[in-house]
Amino acid sequence: MPVFKFKTPISEKDVRKLKVNDVLYISGIIVTARDEAHKKALELYQEGKKLPINLEGLGVFHCGPIVKREGDKWIVVAAGPTTSTRMDRFEDEFIKAFKARVIIGKGGMGKKTTEAMKKYGAVYGAFTGGAGVLAAKAIKEVKKVEWLELGMPEALWVFEAEELGPLTIAIDSHGNNLFEDVKKKAEEKRPRIYEKLL
Amino acid sequence: MKIEKIIEDTAVNLLRLAAVKLPGDVKEALQRAYREETSEAGKVQLEAILKNIELAEKENTPLCQDTGIIIFYVKAGTKAEGLDKIEMALLNATKRATKEIPLRPNAVDPFIQKNTGDNTGRYIPYINWEITQGNSIEITAFPKGGGSENVCALGMLTPGEGVKGLKKFVIDTVIKAGAMPCPPTILGVAVGGGADIAMKLAKAALLRPLDQPNPSPELAKLENELYEAANSTGIGPMGLGGRCTVLGVRVDYAHRHPASYPVAVAFQCWAARRAAARINSGGRIEYLTHKV
Repeated sequence: MPVFKFKTPISEKDVRKLKVNDVLYISGIIVTARDEAHKKALELYQEGKKLPINLEGLGVFHCGPIVKREGDKWIVVAAGPTTSTRMDRFEDEFIKAFKARVIIGKGGMGKKTTEAMKKYGAVYGAFTGGAGVLAAKAIKEVKKVEWLELGMPEALWVFEAEELGPLTIAIDSHGNNLFEDVKKKAEEKRPRIYEKLL
Repeated sequence: MKIEKIIEDTAVNLLRLAAVKLPGDVKEALQRAYREETSEAGKVQLEAILKNIELAEKENTPLCQDTGIIIFYVKAGTKAEGLDKIEMALLNATKRATKEIPLRPNAVDPFIQKNTGDNTGRYIPYINWEITQGNSIEITAFPKGGGSENVCALGMLTPGEGVKGLKKFVIDTVIKAGAMPCPPTILGVAVGGGADIAMKLAKAALLRPLDQPNPSPELAKLENELYEAANSTGIGPMGLGGRCTVLGVRVDYAHRHPASYPVAVAFQCWAARRAAARINSGGRIEYLTHKV
């Protein structure tokens, strides 16, 4: 199982080296975005307006963290991934528009996203769902927060990360989707599982 | 100390214990899963899970950022002091715990989409009441994450489909859920009663510790059969492939209407958080799920 360590901004060339089942640790700037942030970012893009941060080459994290204020600093308490399927409806346009290279989440994403990752050069890194402290440990600093009016979970948190991971590459930029494979195999096994049931 | 204060303080402690520290039976089941898992990707996930559990305990911080919607189960002894104060005490405890621990604010108005910011709202925290004999109050805090909640399923089967239909429905639900509920999960399965009763029983079944077998040998056998079947789907830890898809299956039932066969499947993520305590007369507190 090959292990990669990349720092953002990540080039298209580097991201295309990753294959499903590889393990990635990512350092540098990671930006959180959930449903509301994806929606808002794409609306701004369509209006020809700029985002508060250029996402090209960065990691985009499907995450609604718990963050607390200490003095003038934000401290991340827990920051595990949220279910990515909710962002599936936005992600192909999002990757096309902003050229983010590593989408981090849990639960996997669908066909449209897989195709966009192949076309524009991006991967999906599965971070262990629920491992909120492990993630928080890897976040060294909150650089800034935007769109806090969307609420703590939905805001755009800009993190400086150090070796956030392990991320299992579950969708690569070559059209492979580990989650879809696992599901397909489970479907194939279903008749045999039925047979065994008393 | 006043009884309402004792209840409030205990409930804050329970919410903290639940958010920070998994009960022993869940930890043991996860360690066993790690030992037994054969898929490489699955092992990577389980290792991260175990590491995360350790870190959370060490740092006294919530192990998952989704600290859930707050649910309590209360067994209220008819002769216990302060019965009329419990609800307000649990409400205050939820607000305090949200700030002090902190918990993520997770109570959103479904029409105007506004987050109240303190984990309270209409019917939230939700309290499941049970009246018992005696003079003690037993409180279980059960913060329930959204990921595993979103794949819970209710099947209004026909009586003709029967137990075999139930088993198929459970397996179909597990396959359909795939990676979403953060496997390895615990499955609560209940049949009978009615739509609401089946789901309520399925969810409450998740409270039974993983090292406590079903007292009914027939149901224990059914649990085991469903456990093996779910773990042969290959979905594995976090849906990345592997053996360990569920940590356990808990089954309960109610008698059914002759025309109905409702089957409910409730999922609990690997971060199976629960904490319980009993407040005895005179305010003496016993913690039931955690060493304090």
